[in-house]
Amino acid sequence: MHAASPQASRLSPLNQRRLANFRANRRGFWSLWIFLVLFVLSMFAELIANDRPILVRYDGNFYVPIVQSYPETAFGGEFETEADYRDPFVADAIAEKGWMIWPAIRFSYRTVNRNLTVPAPAPPSAENWVGTDDQGRDVLARLIYGFRVSVLFGLILCVVSSIIGVIAGAVQGYFGGWVDLLFQRFLEIWSGLPELYLLIILASVITPSFGILLALLLLFSWTGLVGVVRAEFLRARNFDYVRAAKALGATDTVIMFRHVLPNAMVATLTFMPFILSGSVVALTSLDFLGFGLPAGSPSLGELLAQGKANLHAPWLGITSFFVIAIMLSLLVFIGEAVRDAFDPRKIFR
Amino acid sequence: MADEPLLSVRDLSVSFHTGKGQTFTAVDRVSFQLNKGETLALVGESGSGKSVTALSILQLLPYPLAHHPAGSSVRFEGQEQVGASEESLRRIRGNRVAMIFQEPMTSLNPLHTIERQIGEVLTIHKGLGGEAARARIVELLNLVGLKEQAEKRLDAYPHQLSGGQRQRVMIAMALANDPALLIADEPTTAVDVTIQAQLLKLLRELQQKLGMAILFITHDLGVVRKIAHRVCVMQKGRIVEAGDVKTVFDAPRHEYTRHLLEAEPKGKPVTPPANARTLVEGKDIRVWFPIKGGLLRRTQGHVKAVDGIDFVLKEGHTLGVVGESGSGKTTLGLALLRLETARGKIEFNGKEIQDLRQSELRPLRREMQIVFQDPYGSLSPRLSVGEIIGEGLKIHRIGRTDEERDALIVAALNEVRLDPETRHRYPHEFSGGQRQRIAIARALVLKPKFLVLDEPTSALDLSVQAQIVDLLRELQERHRLAYLFISHDLRVVRALADEVMVLKDGKIVERGPASRIFDAPTQPYTRALMAAAFELEAIEGAVRT
Repeated sequence: MHAASPQASRLSPLNQRRLANFRANRRGFWSLWIFLVLFVLSMFAELIANDRPILVRYDGNFYVPIVQSYPETAFGGEFETEADYRDPFVADAIAEKGWMIWPAIRFSYRTVNRNLTVPAPAPPSAENWVGTDDQGRDVLARLIYGFRVSVLFGLILCVVSSIIGVIAGAVQGYFGGWVDLLFQRFLEIWSGLPELYLLIILASVITPSFGILLALLLLFSWTGLVGVVRAEFLRARNFDYVRAAKALGATDTVIMFRHVLPNAMVATLTFMPFILSGSVVALTSLDFLGFGLPAGSPSLGELLAQGKANLHAPWLGITSFFVIAIMLSLLVFIGEAVRDAFDPRKIFR
Repeated sequence: MADEPLLSVRDLSVSFHTGKGQTFTAVDRVSFQLNKGETLALVGESGSGKSVTALSILQLLPYPLAHHPAGSSVRFEGQEQVGASEESLRRIRGNRVAMIFQEPMTSLNPLHTIERQIGEVLTIHKGLGGEAARARIVELLNLVGLKEQAEKRLDAYPHQLSGGQRQRVMIAMALANDPALLIADEPTTAVDVTIQAQLLKLLRELQQKLGMAILFITHDLGVVRKIAHRVCVMQKGRIVEAGDVKTVFDAPRHEYTRHLLEAEPKGKPVTPPANARTLVEGKDIRVWFPIKGGLLRRTQGHVKAVDGIDFVLKEGHTLGVVGESGSGKTTLGLALLRLETARGKIEFNGKEIQDLRQSELRPLRREMQIVFQDPYGSLSPRLSVGEIIGEGLKIHRIGRTDEERDALIVAALNEVRLDPETRHRYPHEFSGGQRQRIAIARALVLKPKFLVLDEPTSALDLSVQAQIVDLLRELQERHRLAYLFISHDLRVVRALADEVMVLKDGKIVERGPASRIFDAPTQPYTRALMAAAFELEAIEGAVRT
């Protein structure tokens, strides 16, 4: 944190103890690893589930369809349009003069499987491992992409709203008095606004994209941490070491961020995993209600809604339920371990 | 059976698991006995194992984190306590053996009235309730000297009482069931000297009246001499010397006892330089806190924390500010540094500073610094010692490079006699005395001219106090520092101050050269303070209870 210290890279004894406490919570520790592995894998979703091959060898040349689009004519086809590698004609043409390396799942989140032998939604088969949705798209591919969108959305929302919340709480708690009084009343009014209705109304006026949804949810989610941080600052502003810093002539900003904030961070970091899971749920529920991401985007909430609409196709509801349940459980377990790590009285034997 | 002492502790050891399979032995084969009606003092510095010994008598340690190795024995009224069942222990705790703690504010439940606090003990052990309990509680409050309006005090909450009154309530709770043994764990450390004198007197009287035995734990040898019959001196978990108070004090055999006895702050203040200029001058300084009330929160009156104080402080001089808690000493110190809003005229180094804005004040902050009372609270726990000391250097842009600043930090640590390598460590790794040295180094590194010392020694062990006083004196001589030394402990003030100002309720009661104040105080309030500090005697009437 402070570059001037010659030992900044070494963990302070306090943080070493915290790390040990975190590790001692086996469930949370393993949850973190499982979650990280899933998250990193989902970051490379294009390499796992895609309707284009990763690498094509054709007529002595290499092609990388996953990053660049090639017209069908490049592979001896007739049309100037982009090659559809799933088309048997193209696949045969390539197989004649070379080979293709496919991802594990040969569907992207929006690929419609036109070779279904049964009407969509199709049950699990060798081609679609957990079946297709009601538009013939592969469920597994949509889950992988949907997981990525959910987690990314949740992370960004959580981090940005925490930063805003911490700053707002810090200013309120540190200065107190009128600033605090007015800000508290404003917060009470703000949190009284009917969030869901506003989102529904706004969603019908403007087409919600990833960014717009993020901004809309952010309008209401930043208030979550204000109370906690404000309380910590109110408590700490009369501590002797804050007074000592004032006597040294430190400015308010320095005192707030160098002396008080590190103490308030314990409460903040303890809350963060729970805010993260809350953010994930917020997006999922909006998608479920149909006010979320635009139609066609991969989304766990939308898949859940399909499961509800197609009760005769249980693979839709069950898979989306398990993915959401497992993801949230992992986040809560991690949160518990973080809480243990920051608990000064926790003793492990 | 008849010959067996009331309490007999034999080869008591206490070990704590510190994690990773290691253990730490806090108490090492301690043995002592205590007879009916007798007072035994356990003396030692922080960490010597006195409190742990006392807690293990009632088996109140955090088991199984703590455990007693084989051979440990605590017999009370002929019954073995180590390993006794919870049920039999509960019959003894608060009933036959009662305990009072150091910090009266945190030992009382803030949400319960006095009646409920004391009543609880009566209900648990005697099954008393309603009117019978109420009558007994009033009787107890009278016994501990809360005579005025004892009836009215029943409905009071702990925050409505002063520190001394709270400690009396604690004693009343302890006495509720006529215990045979009272364990007092530093009961007077957190209160003023005047209150300490009153509490000691109360405990002596109660012992005579009720004939109970007292196990008194303290680090203050003055208190031991006043109250105890026998004394055990503890060091690092062992009893190094035991015997009658008179024998031990007159002819200490162990080196550590001698060290403790010599540790009281001694010496004379530095002779101040003759040609000193006036450094700080205050005229009619007032700090009034408004009391707001009513629907519109209008100011209805003021708490006059500091009420019209004049003083002059010269270079190299020490002005001792003396008084009980709540007399406005600390507020005055904060007001001089403009850390508290004050009215009146404050002049520093020939410049009026009371109307300066914070940004204009910043360059002056380098020359006036403060050291706080609580060395645990005044150092930011998340910064290394080097960062804490170096902060002022950065703010005032002293030293151009990191290396230059590092050299200044090393010099400051050397000056307060700490190993310069400590700058890479964090405050929690240090003892109270070392932390106070760090706090002094933080102020010194800026080369100030004026230092406010707000009870810098009162949270420390006696022998450490003496070291800090010696250090302060030496620094003053070397740098011609002006000190405003705030304390309720007159022993320390006598060792440092050449001028003394006695405060009561924000006003000056008496002032003058230290020698005159200490040798011939004119005001009754000053005399009461002296008696409490030097002879631990309570003089009724002059001071609050």
